[in-house]
Amino acid sequence: MFTYYLELALRSLKRSPGLTALMVLTIAFGVAASMTTYSVFRAVSGDPIPWKSSKLFVPQIDMWGPNGRGSDGEPPDAMDYNDAVTLMRDHRARLQSAMYQISPSIVPADASKHPINVSGHAVYSEFFPMLDVPFLYGSGWSTDDDTQRAAVVVISSKLNQKLFGGSNSVGKTVNVEGKDYRVVGVLNDWNPQPRFFDVVNSGGFSTGVEDVFLPFQRAISVGIPNDGNTNCNAVPTESGFVGLQHSACVWIAYMAELDDAAAVIAYKQYLDGYAHDAQQSGRFGWAPNNRLRDLPAWLDNQHVVPSDTKVSLLVALGLLLACLVNTAGLLLAKFLRRSSEIGVRRALGAPRMAIYAQFLVEAGMIGLAGGVLGLLLTGVGVASVGWVLPKDIAALARVDISLLLITLLVAVIATTLAGLYPTFRASRVQPAWQLKSN
Amino acid sequence: MHIKPILAALRRHKAGTVLIALQIALTLAIVCNALFIIHQRLAHLSEPTGVDEANLFVIENQWAGQTSNPQIDAQIRADLVALRQLPGVRDASPSNAYPLEGSGWDDFITLTPDQTEKTTDAAVYLGDEHLIDTLGLQLVAGRNFRADEVNSVGLHQYSVSPVVIVTRALAERLYPDGSALGKPLYAMTSTPSTIIGVVDRLQRQGIDAWSDSYAYQSMLWPQRLDMPRGIIYIVRAKPGQLAAAMREAPAALYTQNRMRIIDPKNGVLSFAQVRERAYDSDRGMAILMGIISVVLLAITAAGIVGLTSFWVGQRRRQIGIRRALGATRNDILNYFLTENLLIGAMGVLIGAVLALVINLWMIAHVEMSRLPLAYVLAGVVMLLLLGQGAVLAPALRASHVSPVEATRSV
Repeated sequence: MFTYYLELALRSLKRSPGLTALMVLTIAFGVAASMTTYSVFRAVSGDPIPWKSSKLFVPQIDMWGPNGRGSDGEPPDAMDYNDAVTLMRDHRARLQSAMYQISPSIVPADASKHPINVSGHAVYSEFFPMLDVPFLYGSGWSTDDDTQRAAVVVISSKLNQKLFGGSNSVGKTVNVEGKDYRVVGVLNDWNPQPRFFDVVNSGGFSTGVEDVFLPFQRAISVGIPNDGNTNCNAVPTESGFVGLQHSACVWIAYMAELDDAAAVIAYKQYLDGYAHDAQQSGRFGWAPNNRLRDLPAWLDNQHVVPSDTKVSLLVALGLLLACLVNTAGLLLAKFLRRSSEIGVRRALGAPRMAIYAQFLVEAGMIGLAGGVLGLLLTGVGVASVGWVLPKDIAALARVDISLLLITLLVAVIATTLAGLYPTFRASRVQPAWQLKSN
Repeated sequence: MHIKPILAALRRHKAGTVLIALQIALTLAIVCNALFIIHQRLAHLSEPTGVDEANLFVIENQWAGQTSNPQIDAQIRADLVALRQLPGVRDASPSNAYPLEGSGWDDFITLTPDQTEKTTDAAVYLGDEHLIDTLGLQLVAGRNFRADEVNSVGLHQYSVSPVVIVTRALAERLYPDGSALGKPLYAMTSTPSTIIGVVDRLQRQGIDAWSDSYAYQSMLWPQRLDMPRGIIYIVRAKPGQLAAAMREAPAALYTQNRMRIIDPKNGVLSFAQVRERAYDSDRGMAILMGIISVVLLAITAAGIVGLTSFWVGQRRRQIGIRRALGATRNDILNYFLTENLLIGAMGVLIGAVLALVINLWMIAHVEMSRLPLAYVLAGVVMLLLLGQGAVLAPALRASHVSPVEATRSV
């Protein structure tokens, strides 16, 4: 029976090619617009580390007090040096790392080559196991390297390619800011989007790659300055990078791994106790106002998903809805025009269900055709989305199997839904009426 | 025109009527908001910077290996001499930033040293006595920096300059009576800086919405920034020689000293490129909203044509009877136009409400301001006209139905 309905649907669609083309185009445009914007939305709202994000937490300490809070009462979104280092020393989480963005120069050994500038972070050794950073060669450095401020470096595979031709460079030397560092690890391709460990400085998404990681205290002691944002509520009393370390300016990101609810509660208590002590000692003139958000909540709080992306998706979904209403209207016209045909079928004994099946198959076919055309348009849309959205975000949008399936599914289901009411009307056609008027 | 028979006929086509009205409503709601977004973005990206954009370019110069401040300062002076000697260059200045750069540096400003609440906020531009000429700013009052007022500052070194040049917007915010010249301001310190000059206009470095209330509030300090990280050179080419100057400048700097990094891709940017990058997302949103609006309007128009054509086909006999009973072609034409107008009116009524609801949702959830009613009105007129235009072809076809149809049985 199904193949018979397919044949009937094909014949009916061929009979009015203009109307059919209009419906297919309408569905295709609606689906393509929604799917293109959805692919961008999916890319930016995805979880960068889904197996672990609920265990990663970002602590915030209110070291500026009421005058430094935003209108929503939030404490600063980064830490000053003093608090970050104290939290590291107290070491209350299983794994944790303070970190700051750096942008050092790398001087090639070959004197004929220009120095290059790279970006990266100064981090603690626990950064690598905490974030499950993949290594191609070697590994991160040890906690001893942290405390001894060892001249070691972890580099990206891209930098390894540039400096060592992609060979295993563990044990070799790289000149960073005029000083020699021993390579202890080379990362495998690691480019999480959003750059979740430091969204304050990366703004979430970045087309660049993190090329170097240095031990935090090493970078501090040799004076590699921070390249990210620095926010101050007052001008530091001392000058220079050392002055910044002694100030209440915030410029350090912090992340801790807390494996269960008990650990989270204990850590929160620790933070409140820390702020409480600071209040007792007179450093803080206000009650504790800390935050401890897990990664998804933190990304949400930092508005990592750009509002433009949300608005685009919303408007595109509106377009799809309008397209469906349009298709419903056209299907209604198309189906009711065939009232006499329905009348004959019903008079010859076809039950209502058969009429339902016949017309839903026809609607589904239009949906399928719209979906296939929509797929092509989605492909074009995703390829040219860099034209209308910022490059760093557009670069993340991909066409993959799941997007293809969703596109087809949305097209077929939506069109069938749009066909429901017209089909219902068609099934209500009174055979006697139609036969009489013929 | 009699509306009653039209309403009676529409009552027999409830579903089609409701679907067209619904589609007009959705289209109106989306197109109004999309047009409003387009207008906002276009307004945003046509804001002037106040600098001589046609002839400016910037060089992001990073140091490699030079770490001491005196060494860097000597290199900057030598670089500037080299840049200013180039045949295609009119002037050059070191700086920390340039307009439309994106992120920037701004300070709280107070009028007294012991004030705890800020008076306002201002973007900070550093440069030497060539900065005003390099940017092409108009000095509307007071004087430029003298060479002996320019000092060098290191990273995170907060030495306050005793003199400052401010934009007119900042001068008027601080001293609304117009007496800013010679008066002090305090930039997050208790040491005053005296306003020695006022420039016409200079945009802030960031163009984010949060800084809108401080738009064009900038100030210039006579300082060279000797950071180990690097420095920005702003260069103003002689008219018509921008391309040549952009080629010469990095070469001249490398000749001066090889130990520097100028990114081959992003290290030298003309101001046109800077502007394009800054407004990338605004332009993109405007284009996207434009595309969606056009597609939506086209689909709605096509939908109206399709459904009306069906109605016309369905009513050929009735039309024939009316014609046979003496109705003119115009009567038939008017009938369908009026019918569409009635449906359209219903649609735009719902659509106007929907447009405002969507706008309210966006105000609550994403940065958005209130949709002016003029947009809704313009949208209403546009959609009613679109409906009339779309219905014209099928209506004309209807008016050509011959009275003889009345006698046919099908």
